[in-house]
Amino acid sequence: MIAVTTMKIEFEVNGKAVSADVEARTTLADCLRYDIGLTGTHVGCEHGVCGACTVIVNGAAARSCLMLAVQADGEKVTTVEGLSNDEALTPLQASFRKHHALQCGFCTPGMITTAHALLTHEPNADEERVRDVLSGNLCRCTGYISIVEAVLDARVAYGSKGE
Amino acid sequence: MNTRPGNSLIGSPVERVEDLRFLRGKGTYVSDFSLPNQLHAVILRSPEAHGVIRRIDTSRARALPGVHAVITAADFGARPPHIPLRLQPLPELAPFHQPVLAFEKVRYVGEPLAVVLADTASIAEDALELIDVEIAALPAVTDRASAERGDSILFEPHGSNRALVWTATRGDAEAAFVKADVVLKERFHIQRHAAMFMEPRGFVADWNAETQRLKVWGAAKVAWTNRRILATAMGLEETAIDMVELDVGGGFGSRGEFYPEDFLIPAAARIAGRPVKWSEDRREHLMCANHARDIEINVEMALAKDGRILGLRGMCYSDNGAYLRTNGSVGPRNVAQFMSGPYKIENIHLQTTMLTTNKTPSGTYRGPGRFETDFARERLIDLAAKKLGMDRAEIRRKNLVADADMPYPLATIQPFESVTELDSGDYHAVFDRCLKEFGWDEKSALQGKLIDGRYHGIAVGSFIEGGAAGPKEDARLALETDGSLTVHLGSSAVGQGLETIMAQIAADSMEMSFDRIRVLHGSTTHVTEGYGSYHSRSTVMGGSAILLAAEKLKDKIRECAAARLGCSKDDVTIDAETVRFKTTSLTFAGLGAEPIEVEATFYNKKYTYAYGTQAAHVSVDVGTGHVRVHDYLSVEDVGRMINPLTLHGQAIGSIVQGLGGTFLEHLVYDANGQILTGSLADYLMPTASDFPNIRSITLELKPSPNNPLGAKGAGEGGIIPVGGIIANAVANALSHLGVEPMELPLSPPRVWALIDAARRAKR
Amino acid sequence: MKLAPIRYAAPATMDEAIALLGSCDAKVMSGGQSLMPIMAFRLATPELIVDLKKIPGLDQIVIDDQGVRLGAKVRWCDIESDGRLAQANPLLAEAIKHVAHYQIRNRGTVGGSVAHADPASEMPAIAACCEAVISVIGSKGARKIKAVDFFISALQTSLEADEVITEVLLPAWPAGRRWGFQEFARRRGDFALAGIAAFYDLDGQGCAANAHIAVFGASDRQHRLPGAEAALNGRPVTPETIAAAASAASAEVDPPSDIHAPGEYRRALVETLTERALAHAAK
Ligand SMILES: Cc1cc2nc3c(=O)[nH]c(=O)nc-3n(C[C@H](O)[C@H](O)[C@H](O)COP(=O)(O)OP(=O)(O)OC[C@H]3O[C@@H](n4cnc5c(N)ncnc54)[C@H](O)[C@@H]3O)c2cc1C
Ligand code: FES
Ligand code: FES
Repeated sequence: MIAVTTMKIEFEVNGKAVSADVEARTTLADCLRYDIGLTGTHVGCEHGVCGACTVIVNGAAARSCLMLAVQADGEKVTTVEGLSNDEALTPLQASFRKHHALQCGFCTPGMITTAHALLTHEPNADEERVRDVLSGNLCRCTGYISIVEAVLDARVAYGSKGE
Repeated sequence: MNTRPGNSLIGSPVERVEDLRFLRGKGTYVSDFSLPNQLHAVILRSPEAHGVIRRIDTSRARALPGVHAVITAADFGARPPHIPLRLQPLPELAPFHQPVLAFEKVRYVGEPLAVVLADTASIAEDALELIDVEIAALPAVTDRASAERGDSILFEPHGSNRALVWTATRGDAEAAFVKADVVLKERFHIQRHAAMFMEPRGFVADWNAETQRLKVWGAAKVAWTNRRILATAMGLEETAIDMVELDVGGGFGSRGEFYPEDFLIPAAARIAGRPVKWSEDRREHLMCANHARDIEINVEMALAKDGRILGLRGMCYSDNGAYLRTNGSVGPRNVAQFMSGPYKIENIHLQTTMLTTNKTPSGTYRGPGRFETDFARERLIDLAAKKLGMDRAEIRRKNLVADADMPYPLATIQPFESVTELDSGDYHAVFDRCLKEFGWDEKSALQGKLIDGRYHGIAVGSFIEGGAAGPKEDARLALETDGSLTVHLGSSAVGQGLETIMAQIAADSMEMSFDRIRVLHGSTTHVTEGYGSYHSRSTVMGGSAILLAAEKLKDKIRECAAARLGCSKDDVTIDAETVRFKTTSLTFAGLGAEPIEVEATFYNKKYTYAYGTQAAHVSVDVGTGHVRVHDYLSVEDVGRMINPLTLHGQAIGSIVQGLGGTFLEHLVYDANGQILTGSLADYLMPTASDFPNIRSITLELKPSPNNPLGAKGAGEGGIIPVGGIIANAVANALSHLGVEPMELPLSPPRVWALIDAARRAKR
Repeated sequence: MKLAPIRYAAPATMDEAIALLGSCDAKVMSGGQSLMPIMAFRLATPELIVDLKKIPGLDQIVIDDQGVRLGAKVRWCDIESDGRLAQANPLLAEAIKHVAHYQIRNRGTVGGSVAHADPASEMPAIAACCEAVISVIGSKGARKIKAVDFFISALQTSLEADEVITEVLLPAWPAGRRWGFQEFARRRGDFALAGIAAFYDLDGQGCAANAHIAVFGASDRQHRLPGAEAALNGRPVTPETIAAAASAASAEVDPPSDIHAPGEYRRALVETLTERALAHAAK
């Protein structure tokens, strides 16, 4: 096994195979933003606290500033762009808009990816669970109430049977 | 001014235009923006709080492969540019202006010393470690005591660490205190904390040597003012610089002020002859972007036996940090001028001394000076009620400014005299509405009750929120040849939904459909002059400018139509994006061969004052000192709402920031001036699970007489009285112990210490 | 906040991993949730990162008559979703609920937490309380280390530089064991200002026996509180006994002060939390 300083990584981003030559020290967040060109993944702290950089790695929400890009080699990554389409807002996005769950929008990609991962696994998550899960994503603008409402309201789209 | 438009979109909860890109990750924030061939800048910052710079040797750093240049103060001649004040630009504050790079001395940890330009940010950071800096350390000044002692002075020629004293006066305070039946005297302290918006700052700058033009991406808040400062510092004409506003991840008073990097990055681009990009990281942000609050308030309140407040006097000490920044005076002076808040207090003599210390310089953060002053005032009123044996609601009712007293003048501040008056409002109606919605009477039974190990308490308090700072704002409207409308605006967006709000106003005033309107704002390319977003001003000022411009545009459209239809312009009517004369009509599309353009300016000398009342129900765990907020209600009258959805969002967000400042947020320094809260794991902000029970009600009781919209600047209000109200609720919960919080934050250790001390005292 | 230059390797076998670790200033990476922030601040600048990701067999939770065996790569979310633990070690299940946030819980691991030895973290508290046995392997072979010998001080353990944790064994949990877990953190998911993990069994007379009370966040490491345990053992668990144990607990810690809390506050917390943990146990 040879240790590397730079590496050509091949992985799947939003369903497409991509590759990039990265330094071993490059975080997955920086790789997505600057090598792959997907700037929807935001970086608010680079030390694992704000959650803005959340992406979905093999189905599980993860902070992309706390992963090396080389660790994503061979994995499947979904970013906010992969949870969007040009035609219409997804039900989750529409719910965010309806509830005014974003102001400056900087935390929003991390909120969307986190909420999507949560509702995919737990479509019946209750308010306490939603708050608990979102407690790892800082938002300075909204005070969170509208975000929690938006996520709760989006549950039906993920197959929630209702409360 | 009877230009109030027909009402269909104004006042409706229109979903935001911005959301469509933000929700898809398609926003363009400054760190998302790059230019080909750009270099990355990283800034070397002082590790010392106070000291004399002996030597900066950059040779090892410059030798690192991938490094293109290392810029130091020496690159800017004998004396690097210093950053002037934007607000209250008093000549006596000139000695305290910040140089763009530390000059001769360093005065706070984080002060820029050099700029490294490299192929990547990583390499530039590697190079930082190769710069040899020698600083002869001086004793650090880190609090009022060490600042006043004066054995270590930040600006030696000035001779002391006292920068300036603000004095607010009204009536005859001395006489009021002589007459008083009761006098309270207390000392309060509000801790250093900060705006801490989620997107760190950043710039991309491009210098075109051929055309001698500069373009800067990443402008925010006050692009035109900053362009003027930058032009002077770089020796350029203002018109040679374009400042471009991209999407902005929050501001709250702090982003967009002129910081050293506002000069350093453009200057670096000119020196390097290549585009330069800088993305602030969170660690830098914590020690470089404006800090706020950090003030000691010593105040006395004089009252009559019946509970009337007769006067206020006192001295406050603001820890302004190492330099006077662009808006560094606003908080300290507001503390003096706005201490009376919504209450009728006729006799005032309040001063604030601004002290320089070896900490990050301070500036405004949402509700500057008001959060602080309301903490002291609302606490004092509760203490007075206790002393007089009065009901806490009754004493407030007795002192609120009455509708009949409007306009009601506040204290006048000196120097840089400012006279202002409360414009309008039914303060009593809002107060009673808040008590009713809160369920004050029912909840009164909870006061001091112990339920499941927690003591419960409630509190209520009122506030005012100044808005709509002048002097003016510009709007340019262009009816495009395809019949759509472009609105160019001097106001800037910092996350408050400006595009949507302005489109609503434009749509209504032009009677056009919302989706035919495009709003361009914040960049110097849009209008000749703009003043931006601060002091809750963009909606009122920008919106009013649009109204004026719309009248002009309609006039011009009639003129064009008259020429085409062969009639007099007075015979032309406009409705539904169509001009009509008798039976002939023309649609806006294709009305002219060229876009039809007008520009208008709204001038305003008078502030608006939104006002409100908030109430809280908390409980305290005496075992841990933890305070839970069971209910927090804000009722505010904003005169006129443009968009209830976004306004509600502003209110809730603002309250939660206030709760952050009340319970969690604290920028801590040690005695050597080292900042100890250097990460978001140490600087604690509210999260989704902290404050789930917040309510806000917005009213349109009394439109402002000072602008055609009738709107009052809103957006800061929620935060203003939070500290005072929560502290009062905590005191109410712990009344059996006699706990009286006088300092923020009310962290569990602090609350526990108060409980512990009270128990010991009882023993 | 960009990482200093590093080299990276993701070996497929433990032997390779150990060889790489011995070759230079190297660090194991498991979930990376503690290591990455430290590297981002350049507080750690290892030459080489040895990622355990491809090494098989470290990600299982095995429950047998020895107890609960947690592979080093078992993540917080694995523990959270393993329904068997409510029986097999309810103290563990409860404690892990308090660790960090959703996204971090999807990657952070048992081995990483134990090796990192943050004095305010939950997993080492459970290890100390339950007398865990930590299996490690290195160039000198495999060994088992008792928790009490493992945690030395803040961020310091008895691991050698080339040793890798493979498993943490929590000894079997008898039916009827009483337990309580309490921590106080500033916000959801923050490291605790102080915390208590406790259990005891009941003897024939209904008195407490075999009391284990461990503290975290209030010392330089997670450790048991023998004085508090002694105050409990052999006595009926009444409010008075609990109060005595709680006051013994606070008397035997000497917590440090930092920007988040002064030592005396933490000491008071230890008393409050011990009382609450034992009250929960007695319920
Ligand atoms: C915002 C935030 C909040 C957090 N809150 C909490 C909390 O409340 N409670 C808590 O307990 N933790 C908390 N954590 C830490 C988190 O739980 C980590 O996941 C955990 O401490 C380390 O696990 P890891 O697998 O990520 O380790 P890594 O980061 O991969 O490694 C940590 C250290 O352990 C070493 N190491 C890792 N695996 C092994 C092994 N098998 N053998 C030998 N050495 C090894 C590494 O070399 C490194 O020194 C938090 C983290 C963050 C970013
Ligand atoms: S940028 Fe990754 S958590 Fe903040
Ligand atoms: S919307 Fe601005 S940080 Fe969340």
